[in-house]
Amino acid sequence: METITLTIDGRTITAAPGQSILEVAEANGIRIPTLCHLEGLSDVGACRLCIVEVAGQLVPSCTTQAVDGADIKTQTDTIKVHRRMILELLFAEGNHVCSFCASSGGCELQDLACELEMHSVTVPYSYPRNRIDATHPWFLIDRDRCVLCGRCVRTCAEVEGAHTWGFAERGSSARVITDLAADWGEAESCTSCGKCVEVCPTGAIVLKGASNAEMRKDSDLVARLTERRDHE
Amino acid sequence: MVDEKLNRLNRILKDYSDAPGPLVQVLHRAQEVYGYLPADVQLRIADRLEIPRSTVHGVVSFYSFFRTEPRGEHMISICTGTACHVKGAERIVDMIQEALGILPGETSEDGRFTLQDVRCIGACGLAPVMMIDEDVYGKLDRKKVEATLDLYRNA
Repeated sequence: METITLTIDGRTITAAPGQSILEVAEANGIRIPTLCHLEGLSDVGACRLCIVEVAGQLVPSCTTQAVDGADIKTQTDTIKVHRRMILELLFAEGNHVCSFCASSGGCELQDLACELEMHSVTVPYSYPRNRIDATHPWFLIDRDRCVLCGRCVRTCAEVEGAHTWGFAERGSSARVITDLAADWGEAESCTSCGKCVEVCPTGAIVLKGASNAEMRKDSDLVARLTERRDHE
Repeated sequence: MVDEKLNRLNRILKDYSDAPGPLVQVLHRAQEVYGYLPADVQLRIADRLEIPRSTVHGVVSFYSFFRTEPRGEHMISICTGTACHVKGAERIVDMIQEALGILPGETSEDGRFTLQDVRCIGACGLAPVMMIDEDVYGKLDRKKVEATLDLYRNA
């Protein structure tokens, strides 16, 4: 089998051609923080938290191919500063108030804030006021807690095949929608499979009525489902 | 009347049924027919082109050219570009709001006028300037705004 050789954080590593930098790093036990990436889904490079340095350039490791001879750094001071700023901007853009959130304790955004040592948010909060959509019989979406990672959109399209979730508008008005942006409960294409709940990294899409202790997500679900498909 | 528009939409959808990446073209032509893109039109386009509804709405809401609310018979475009801004475009917006009771982005209750602000229509020498449909009205003041609106109100 053809292999390539590259360096990550000074370690010499062999990999298969076509793998992303993130895949190679994970296969070798090198931790790179991610948010929009989810095993089993396509990668889109939306959140930019997985940035690494390649030849002095910051690139998202999930959508950048590992190439032969590359010298990759995953933990420089520059990277840390940028990752923390990206995280601060995500927090400032929504209303991520952990003490009021059912996902607290099981939230990937919260975990990242701890991991990246984000002690405070240094940019002004935008305090959005989106209406909570609780029209679906079992699930609800609080868009003020959405980080626009698009995991729900990709899971719905790539795994469930329903294409119910999508993105609407742009810039600071961008948001996830169901069908033609009407209420979720009215979305005819939704199969109510609940996979969007499991993959949502924050408390944006949750089970109705779930308490903090109950709202624990199974984000590995998609990896398990797609793995079985590959073996068909 | 409604069926005539539906027939035209169906013809457009048929014309583009085999075209690659037809969505934006079809939305353009559908908006020409209806003047805007109501939900039932978006739905028909999505289902006939076999594109997810969420994708169709994503495209419609991404481009400011596409409208999901009906527009009035006449489109009033007030220029708020640099020259017009300096020459008091804001006052012109206020005058129109006083006369028609609508803010930029809104349509009057009788469905006659939609107001929008635009950035520079390339007639800075006539500032402050507005367009009603395809006609340009420049060097506006209160008298001229009222006289111009009357032209369309009484038409």
